[in-house]
Formats: sequence, structure tokens, C-alpha cells
Amino acid sequence: MNLAEWQREFRTWLVTPSDEAATRFGAGATAGLAVYQNNYRAQLMSCLEVSYPQVRRWIGDDAFREASITHIERHSPQTWTLDHYGRDFPSTLLSMYPRNPDLQELAWIEWALSEAFVAGDAASMPADALSHVDWDAARLVFTPSLRMHAARTNAGDIWSALEADTDVPEGSMLDAPGGYVVWRRGFTSRLKRVDAVEYAALCSLRDDDRFAVLCDTLVEHLDEEDGVARAGTLLADWLGAAIVVAVDG
Amino acid sequence: MFTPPPTFSGYGLGLRKEHYRDFLETDVPVDFVEVISENFMVDGGQPRHILRQVREKHPVALHGVSMSIGSSDGLDIDYLRKLKALADEVQPLFVSDHLSWSRIAGFNSHDLLPVPYTDEALAMVCRNIDMAQEILGRSMLFENPSSYVAFEGATMMEWEFIAEMSRRTGCGLLLDVNNVFVSASNHGFDAHAFLRGIPADRVRQVHLAGHTEGAGMLIDTHDQPVCDDVWALYATAMSLLGPVATMIERDDSIPPLAELMAELDKARGIGSRQQHQEAA
Repeated sequence: MNLAEWQREFRTWLVTPSDEAATRFGAGATAGLAVYQNNYRAQLMSCLEVSYPQVRRWIGDDAFREASITHIERHSPQTWTLDHYGRDFPSTLLSMYPRNPDLQELAWIEWALSEAFVAGDAASMPADALSHVDWDAARLVFTPSLRMHAARTNAGDIWSALEADTDVPEGSMLDAPGGYVVWRRGFTSRLKRVDAVEYAALCSLRDDDRFAVLCDTLVEHLDEEDGVARAGTLLADWLGAAIVVAVDG
Repeated sequence: MFTPPPTFSGYGLGLRKEHYRDFLETDVPVDFVEVISENFMVDGGQPRHILRQVREKHPVALHGVSMSIGSSDGLDIDYLRKLKALADEVQPLFVSDHLSWSRIAGFNSHDLLPVPYTDEALAMVCRNIDMAQEILGRSMLFENPSSYVAFEGATMMEWEFIAEMSRRTGCGLLLDVNNVFVSASNHGFDAHAFLRGIPADRVRQVHLAGHTEGAGMLIDTHDQPVCDDVWALYATAMSLLGPVATMIERDDSIPPLAELMAELDKARGIGSRQQHQEAA
């Protein structure tokens, strides 16, 4: 076996261990291979536990362990950083618990918060920077840490209660769907639930960053007068919260 | 070929989250700290901010776990560019990683897997080290890992492989004394032969750590104090190496800082005694 073949065999053994695979490394290798196998799986289990502490509390240790084992069997790590490994865990949870959209949304929230924690830094915009903006051409710049997801359940309330260690509400569908917004201000990751109009406005800006497009989207959802007024209000809120960090143009 | 990194003697600790506050708010009496490079190879946020603050107070060594220098697939260029950006900002004392592999065919084990000690692997490792040092624009240190499986077709001992690797590439060495002890116990070789077999003038840093007894094997867990046998081996290493940067490496069951400082004082004592014996 050359080096490449040996390393491929080793990978195969780590991902799908078997007695037959172990014999390829020699009769005396079994105990040592078991150490590597244990290290590999323990590392990935630990990574998921660290990435999803509130999901773990919400569903309990046994269910979380089962979900982690399922995830590890379906997804082997591919990039140099373990930080990426849990990215598809919400999908694994969705496939295992298709009737629990609250769980999938809770997992999305935890993942988005951890991504936001180490996203690129952004300087706040000086208050007087808006005075010379040409609003017809203006483009809004989101903070690099911004993450958005449709909100159908009260997963945000569940996450907040788990985080604060207070009474956790039952999972339920929202009367009025909207969106979850996660971003980082300073060094603190933040979560807020927004109504459907604000969520649509943020989504439209993600596709086209012009302020004029924001106004068009809001006029579509509201009417001419209320839409333009809401655009001004939302922009002020986003600037104040450091969701929008620059206005170019 | 790069020349080995400059010499630096002193005593340090691995910087871990549990001790961030100690390092930021007090004057911890260490000569340097070592951080896990990958934990800070992020776009922004608090980790990079903390590292910048610590760097203002202490020299910093960057210690990686994901370079996968022994991979037959070569190196991940994206990884190297991110490491270079971090190194350029931090201006570290050393940049190090392990003589191991973790990446093959789009898979990453995130574990330090053993390299077969063969001529083919040596050539591959040296090519990868040359490329890493070229892209980083600096020489690196490579650490001997703990291992649990030996390759049946190996044609040389670990220390022979390391000596030749250093000779061909000019890289420096990070001697992990605990790993020597663990691997010697697991594979039945003489730990002192290892210490005598590596080129002393290439060793720039020493790691001290604890291990755990597993089923018929010692496991490098970094969750225990340094044991007496490893302290004894460290004393031997210091008599062979002379003054060299030494640090305590704890990654799990992290105790209060005072406990690690006590271990570091013990290392200082041993290092100091060896220097006095040499002087006498």
C-alpha cells in the first residue's frame, strides 16, 4: 500500500469501522485504531454539543446524542475548521423530527448566533454621514454578521428562555409568521424576531441593496405613504442597531 | 530552504478560554503564551480582539492542528493563506503544527493521524513543509505526535524521520516530551534513544502535558498534570537541549491558573538545575 492508499484506508476505517477494515493495518493495530476511532467520534460529538447547547437542553441528552450519531454517520467533516461541522445539523434535526419546525428553527438560531460571533468586524456609521446621501442612488451595507431566516414558530422565545434559564414555553406555531434576524453588535451576538413586512424588506435588500428597492418593497406591502415612512423608520432602527453599517451613495 | 526560527528560552502556557480574564486583567508571570492557531483564524469578533490584547502583553506562539503536513493530497492553500494573515498580524514567536495528517480526498478527521515512517512519506512531508514555509514566508516548527498505530512497512524510526525532515527542509522542532513518553510506551521503543536521535540544535520549543492510561495503551489526553516519568524525561531532554522555550499544555479539565503556574515553576526549576549542572 502506498501512502495515498494507506490514508484512504484509514479514512474508510474512521468513517465506517469494521473488523475487516482493521485487519488491513496488521493484526496488532486493532487497539490503536480503536483509540483513533474514539477520538474521531468524540471530537465530532463534542463539536455538536458546543455548537448547540440549547438544542441539547431542549430535546434532552439522549435525543441529542441520537441526533448527533445520525449526523456523524451522514456527514463526515470536510473542511480544516471544526467551526463548520455543525452547519448541516438543523437539516439532520428536520429530517429526524419533520413535525417539529420549532426544533429546526431553534437549531438555526444557535448556529446563526455562533457564526455571527466570529463574523467580520464592521465599524459603526458616524451620525452625520447621512447628510450628503443621494437617496435615489443610495446602497445599504449590512453588517457581515447578519443572518436571516423565516420565523414560523416561537423558537426565539424558547431560545431566550433556555438562555436565561427561565420557564421554557411549549413549542407553538406563530399566529403571524415573520423572520428571525441574528447579527453581532460589538462583541455580542443578538437575536430578534421581526414582522413579515420587515423580514420581506431585509430579504429584498439582501438581493438588491438599493434604498429605492427597499422603498418599492415596502410600498408593495403597505401603501405609498406608509411604505416610504416605514422605510425611513426601519433604516433608522437598523442603523441604530448596527444591522446596517454604511450607506453608500 | 529556510533557516530554523531564532532561539528563545523562557517558560509559557497555552492560552485557554478559562484563563482569558487572568491574562487580560492581571500580569501573569510567563515569558510567552501559545494559542491554537485555528481558534483565531476567524474573520473577526471577540477571539481576534482578545488575541490582540494578549499580544500587547506577551510574545505569542501560534500552534496549529489542521495543516495536515503528512497528507498525500498536499496542503490546503486556503488554510495556509488564513494562517499567513494571522501570523502577519500577530508576528508570532513561532508557528508550529504536527508531524501528522488529517485530510484526505475531501475528508478531514480533525485528529492527528500517524504518518508512516517511510521514504515515500518523508518525501511527501518535506514537499509539504517546503510549500508551507514558502507561503508563510517563515520557517516552522513541527511537533512529534503521540501515536497508537505503527505502520507495518516503516523503514525508519520516528526520530530518524524527524531528523531527516528537519535536515531537508530547515524546519525547527517542537519536542513534546509527553508524546515521546506515550509513543515509546505504546510502541515499545526507548524514549531516551528518541531524545538522543533528534537534532538538539533544531529544537526551539518543548511541550509538557499529561496523559491517561487506556486499555493497554497510554492516551495523550492533556487533561492531567504532568506525571513523574515525564518530568524525569524532561530533565534528560533539558540536559541534551540546553535552554529552550518550555510550556505546559492543558486542553481539558482545565484547572485554576495557579495550578498550571505551579507546574510551570517546576519546569523552571528543572531547567535551571540543568543549566547550573552544565555551568559547573
